[in-house]
Amino acid sequence: MAERLSNREGIRGMANPTRYGIERVAYWLQRLTGLGLLAYLIGHIYETSSIVNGKVAWEKMLELTQTPQGHIILTIVIGMCVYHTANGIRVMLGHGGIGVGKPGEPEYPYKAASLNYKQRLCIWVSIALAALAMMYGAAVLFGD
Amino acid sequence: MAVVAIPKASEEATSAPTPTTQPNTITLRISRFNPSNDSLPTFAEFKIPVQKWTTVLEAILHVKQNLDHSIAVRYSCRQASCGSCGMKINGKPALACYTKISEIGSKVVTVEPMSNFPIIRDLAVDFKQLFSDHKKMKPFIMRDDSEITPGTKEFVQTPKDLEKFLQFSYCIKCGLCNSACPTMATDESFIGPQGLAQAYRYVADNRDQGKKDRLKIVDQSHGIWRCHFAGSCSHVCPKGVDPAMAIQLLRGYLMGFRK
Ligand code: HEM
Ligand code: SF4
Ligand code: FES
Repeated sequence: MAERLSNREGIRGMANPTRYGIERVAYWLQRLTGLGLLAYLIGHIYETSSIVNGKVAWEKMLELTQTPQGHIILTIVIGMCVYHTANGIRVMLGHGGIGVGKPGEPEYPYKAASLNYKQRLCIWVSIALAALAMMYGAAVLFGD
Repeated sequence: MAVVAIPKASEEATSAPTPTTQPNTITLRISRFNPSNDSLPTFAEFKIPVQKWTTVLEAILHVKQNLDHSIAVRYSCRQASCGSCGMKINGKPALACYTKISEIGSKVVTVEPMSNFPIIRDLAVDFKQLFSDHKKMKPFIMRDDSEITPGTKEFVQTPKDLEKFLQFSYCIKCGLCNSACPTMATDESFIGPQGLAQAYRYVADNRDQGKKDRLKIVDQSHGIWRCHFAGSCSHVCPKGVDPAMAIQLLRGYLMGFRK
């Protein structure tokens, strides 16, 4: 009821990347990959901590990850890592006011200077780098 | 020099304005909700004639005049100046008076109240929070002396000085930015792009000496740090204010990138 009265979009609206251009998609991917990396980090600590239980436990754990599913997960982690880092650098510079355009007299049709081609290019490059890294990673993981 | 051809009397008769387009019929779906009676919004559907130039606001007013006068909608200027008529049009926030039906490219047009604002009734939403946050940004020039003190002159600004804040002063407080913002969707205390952009408008004005005060106001847990530069505010702003730019430039001061 409170939600209805305030008419806030809530998490569903926040996590809907479809309405406001590629910049909103970039925001959505940054959050998603951030959460994915957090989940991976926790799993990774759990995995590597098995070494304290000795060599046998460690090798058993490694075996568990050396499966096609394990490789797919790692490929996704590579993609998340590359996108999150590359786009993260764009966002951090932007947060400091770098590359967000210069104020000027607005002229019809009022295109926002902060949504400029440099920002868009950086987003696409982040996605492309992630895709390339995933292809390379998959080739190494699945190659013999 | 421009040459204007004056039509001869015989031509005049034949060139009388003929409608270039026949009215199209579209379905206008209007969200109806009265918080004191209804538990859920419902949609009322109307088939209405529209021309190439009919705006969404005109379509709604057509319904109000001819089909159902009880629809609640707020508007005033009908020319994108007053900031009253913001609403969700086919899912995206826009000014109803500034959106032509023909531009939408759909036979069904759905209008809903703007998200992230409490609904008063139907399409009219409550701006209390937006106005109060706007006021908190101290939207006026702060300095000790004044232009009206005897013996002083007006504060001269060069065109370059003006350009630093002009676009941010074009804000009409329509709230579209706040309604598109992903942080606003979940954080009810967030100042929002409208207010933050106005804080920057005054910080960037070289007549103003209140930078320290304003930076303090925005440097709080529901303030500027909640902006993730998703750019949705600037995507929907109808006046070219570009709140996303203003916020990042303002944050530049807090992060030490700018002096
Ligand atoms: C090179 C390394 C990294 C860089 C440059 C980086 C940068 C960023 C940036 C700029 C943001 C967005 C902040 C914002 O939206 O305002 C972000 C969000 C996030 N990052 Fe990272 N990050 C890195 C590594 C990681 C790692 C290793 C993890 C997980 C363990 C992680 C987890 C997250 C999470 C959960 C978010 C989402 C928070 C949010 O959207 O508010 N990041 N990161
Ligand atoms: S910044 Fe733009 S979208 Fe936001 S209230 Fe002002 S005019 Fe409207
Ligand atoms: S009626 Fe004034 S902005 Fe639309």
